[in-house]
Amino acid sequence: MKEFINNLKKFRFLFWELVKKDIKLKYRSSVLGVFWTLLEPLLTMIVLTLVFSELLGKGDDNFPVYILCGRLLYGFFSNGTKVALKSVRKHGTMIGKVYVPKYMYPLSAVVSNYIMFMISLIVLVGVMIFEKVKVTVYIFQAFVPMVLILIMTMGVGLMLSTFNVFFRDLEYLWTVGLMLIMYTCAIFYKVDKIKSASNLWIFKVNPLYSLIYMFRNSVFGRSIMAADGEIVGAGYHFWYALIFSVVVFLLGVLVFWRKQDKFILYV
Amino acid sequence: MEEINDSLSPVTQEPVPAVTEAVKTADPGAATPAGAEPEAPKKKKKKKKKLPPKVIVVENLGVRFRIQEQKVDSLKEYFVRLVKRKLNYKEFWALKEVNLKIRKGDRVGILGLNGAGKSTLLKCIAGVLKPTEGTVTVKGNIVPLLELGAGFDKDYTGAENIYFYGSMLGYSKAFIKERFNEIVEFSELGSFINVPVKNYSSGMKARLGFSIATVVDPEILILDEVLSVGDAKFRKKSSKKLAKMMKKGVTVLFVSHSSEQVIANCNKAIILDHGHVIASGKAEKICAQYEEMISDKN
Repeated sequence: MKEFINNLKKFRFLFWELVKKDIKLKYRSSVLGVFWTLLEPLLTMIVLTLVFSELLGKGDDNFPVYILCGRLLYGFFSNGTKVALKSVRKHGTMIGKVYVPKYMYPLSAVVSNYIMFMISLIVLVGVMIFEKVKVTVYIFQAFVPMVLILIMTMGVGLMLSTFNVFFRDLEYLWTVGLMLIMYTCAIFYKVDKIKSASNLWIFKVNPLYSLIYMFRNSVFGRSIMAADGEIVGAGYHFWYALIFSVVVFLLGVLVFWRKQDKFILYV
Repeated sequence: MEEINDSLSPVTQEPVPAVTEAVKTADPGAATPAGAEPEAPKKKKKKKKKLPPKVIVVENLGVRFRIQEQKVDSLKEYFVRLVKRKLNYKEFWALKEVNLKIRKGDRVGILGLNGAGKSTLLKCIAGVLKPTEGTVTVKGNIVPLLELGAGFDKDYTGAENIYFYGSMLGYSKAFIKERFNEIVEFSELGSFINVPVKNYSSGMKARLGFSIATVVDPEILILDEVLSVGDAKFRKKSSKKLAKMMKKGVTVLFVSHSSEQVIANCNKAIILDHGHVIASGKAEKICAQYEEMISDKN
């Protein structure tokens, strides 16, 4: 344990260098640079609003803001896990040469995406002002889903990066998995528009939906503990997301820890 | 246990006395008859104080690899083979019962043919490979000198890579900032330092890598067949720098096929063969033995 803390101190600089590198290189060759972080969710929001607002968007909440909330959280989860998944493999040569705590690679990948996610929240603020969405004190609750999504993404990222060392086709499988998650997150439709009650269990088991639900409630001035229509009772989404995130994080740490000494033999 | 310092060489059979600790843990399985001189340690006891501290202690090191006849690295293949019950492995020991003690300031050449286990040994010492059995104890920071700028990010400029690569080696930010100019100057890159590394020639990459790795005074330096970097001029400069570091008492591990290079750079040497240390001792003697070994095989 003591060694772990010493290592953390020693390699803190490396950690931030890795984070910086991810962000810097992502936008290096693009003309608009970091503005893409803002422009990309904005454009998807516009497209989704145009396509779905008539069909699925009827309701009390402002639809563009509704979409953007879901889109931003899902975007972070998807990018964070995708980059983390590849991170250990990407640094394979260095893993075989220099001793560096290996968890640096997936965790720095998640953190760099988290920073970009934070930047992209500017878009949300902008759209909220533009659409005249009233801000209430409930907005401060948003930090709950925002912390939980970081923990959850780290846990999933640690697991994926481990498995990807041994099975290279995980990358493609995960793309399919992410698509499934996206469609079950209610990003561009409202849950009460789902007619068949037999499909509603999806929103009970998808932890990312729980997080998005809490985030939207914070934005639209409701409690994160509020009951979600007829799907689940009060507090369900909070407790489910909390337990899921913590368990997944611990599981990710465990899997990574148990397998990390074998990485060098496979990368 | 074999002691690089002055242990027996199995071929010459000269009764070179082993140092005290060398016999205490004498390993019956070691390839060298290390315990053959039971009288030796007592005589040498007085001399013990003079010896510099041990910086690397390798005890009974063994590394086992599982090799699959065909590499399975996708889930699809894994399941196909699982169903067909064709997931069999072959085991082989890359290193077995290796014992080494290296003292501060030793410059140890590691000789051996391809596949003898040289790189595996270095990986264990560098701490990137966990041994299957035995222990490796290292005191002091290790800096590896990697081939042709492995570890650089090709999209980063030279200047950015100095910070990135430096942080990989465990340097602090303040330290790199302070030595930045020194690194750039030594690498002779000039204004190229602000160009992405992907546009560098291999010589430029090697120069930058060498400059970053040697800017710190490492306690242990690992050289894995990298002395032939850059053009003749830079090679001269880099060997000069290495000589200067060696004078300061840095411990060097030097891997090579060539006994000439080992004689030129090292004072001690070992020979690895199929995962075993088959000889260790003074560089000249071991190199002679190595030459003999090679000519025998031909």
